[in-house]
Amino acid sequence: MSVVETFGLTKNFGKVVAVDNLSISINEGEIFGLLGPNGAGKTTIIKMLATLLEPTSGTAKVNGFDILKQPDKVRESIGILFQEPSSDELLTGYENIKLYAMMYGIPKEQISKGITEALELVELADRKDDLVKHYSGGMRRRLEIARSLIHKPKVLFLDEPTLGLDPRGRERMWNYIVRLVKELRMTVLLTTHYMEEADALANRIGIIDRGKIVVLDSPKALKKALGGDVVTIRATRPLPTEELRKLDCVKDVKQEGLETKITIEDVGENLQQLLKIAGKIESVEVRNTTLNDVFLRWTGRTMEENEGESSWFDKIVQESVEKA
Amino acid sequence: MNLAGVYAIWQREMLTFFREKPRIVSAVANPILWLLAFGGGLGSSVVIPGVENYQQYIFAGILMQTFLFSSIFYGAYLVWDRRMDLLKAILVTPLSRSSIFLGKVLGGVTFSLVEAAIILVFGAIINIQYTVASVILTLLVITVATAGLTAVGLTIGSYMTSPEGFQLITTFVIFPLFFLSGALYPLSNLNVYLDVLNRINPLTYIVDTLRGILIGLQYFGTLENIVVTVGFAVIANLIGIRAFKKMRA
Repeated sequence: MSVVETFGLTKNFGKVVAVDNLSISINEGEIFGLLGPNGAGKTTIIKMLATLLEPTSGTAKVNGFDILKQPDKVRESIGILFQEPSSDELLTGYENIKLYAMMYGIPKEQISKGITEALELVELADRKDDLVKHYSGGMRRRLEIARSLIHKPKVLFLDEPTLGLDPRGRERMWNYIVRLVKELRMTVLLTTHYMEEADALANRIGIIDRGKIVVLDSPKALKKALGGDVVTIRATRPLPTEELRKLDCVKDVKQEGLETKITIEDVGENLQQLLKIAGKIESVEVRNTTLNDVFLRWTGRTMEENEGESSWFDKIVQESVEKA
Repeated sequence: MNLAGVYAIWQREMLTFFREKPRIVSAVANPILWLLAFGGGLGSSVVIPGVENYQQYIFAGILMQTFLFSSIFYGAYLVWDRRMDLLKAILVTPLSRSSIFLGKVLGGVTFSLVEAAIILVFGAIINIQYTVASVILTLLVITVATAGLTAVGLTIGSYMTSPEGFQLITTFVIFPLFFLSGALYPLSNLNVYLDVLNRINPLTYIVDTLRGILIGLQYFGTLENIVVTVGFAVIANLIGIRAFKKMRA
């Protein structure tokens, strides 16, 4: 069953098309990742789904409610972690969540228990009475996650959940997200411009570029579609390429002198087999296919190239050049 | 209308307000300077018929100045809230925009009452004679007036796109409203254009009401003052709610 479904969702800002005729469907209990560079339209999509921004055309359903016709019902169904900090620095962690619980109309007698549970989930229970201004960046993010869970939403929007966190904080955050999806059986729409994040968390990924989904599948399938991982073997004598080609897992073999590049499916399982045929070798190097390769394949650019290119200013310049 | 939600918005404003003590100090420091230095200084050579001294005369005006600044700025501060995701987080709750608006207005009213109460204490120093009734009535008038002024501030804040225009509010909203309200001078001998500008300013009637209550000197009729004060608050809130509903998050 799909919990979030968009129908030709479009948003224009002046002449710039931020979201272009988007139609996606997110299943219950799924973590759906929108992966794309800054300015690709990810936040705009979330804002429209959260009823903060009206689409130029098209619509969407969240938890079965239309974002245009039943915005109140939609807001009751969603929790959201914004990209920028959104907790009050002069309030304690506990107070921050408590006030939101009241806004969601949660009965008084349930509030305290709910907050304690939410804070325990993100391991902030012992800091609940400290002012948020004394929290670290990672703690604030976790607090905001706890806050967004207080009314037990069906759908959770996470807009760049680990932006600005250090690698350790990022990994911790990933663990929380995975855990709460498991424990609370939530559906998650995640936006990120970190490849590893989408890879680690999402069941399915939509790669978004200039407001359009260019490809959508599971991370594994996306990478597999590129043919597989590349194993480079150096040996003292040329490898028996014919024999290698006979293996089911081998997609491609390129030999240049003593060096052989073999494109192979599922390197973890099949490397042994490969090495057995290769016999005595000097070195072996495995390069796993990454989502960066996937992005490159579908947009013709790497993410980094795209970052610089996709600022609003450049977009507008680009558009006017195209017109001229 | 979700009352628990309105209460939550109000409580948030209160908690942050009382943890930012410098804000309270700076809000009352200026009016006190006006009262003591300006009122005392000019008062040494100005006599207003029917009043003991000039300081007492402008006391109602200085009281108004306090809550005028504090409630308009409090409301317009919304433009900062909007810049951050703090306000968005509130806007995605099921709380209706009019509930959020009401909570904010109540917050602005409470701030102004706290600050006005401090100024009222200074009134005793310049020998304003209070009665229980006059204090209650004064606070009541301030409640209604600041509900209107906070709504004006919130309206400005919901239309502004960036905090850069904040200075303009002082120049083009607050100062004209203050100087053209009879806060510092009697209305009886004004030339035509000053008279007209004072008469179309609702704050003129608010100051007049307060002066009537505090020192028994009143220019307009009581009914006229009540109608304008209440009418201003109602209209400002209706306009404010409309603006708040249309505001882009």
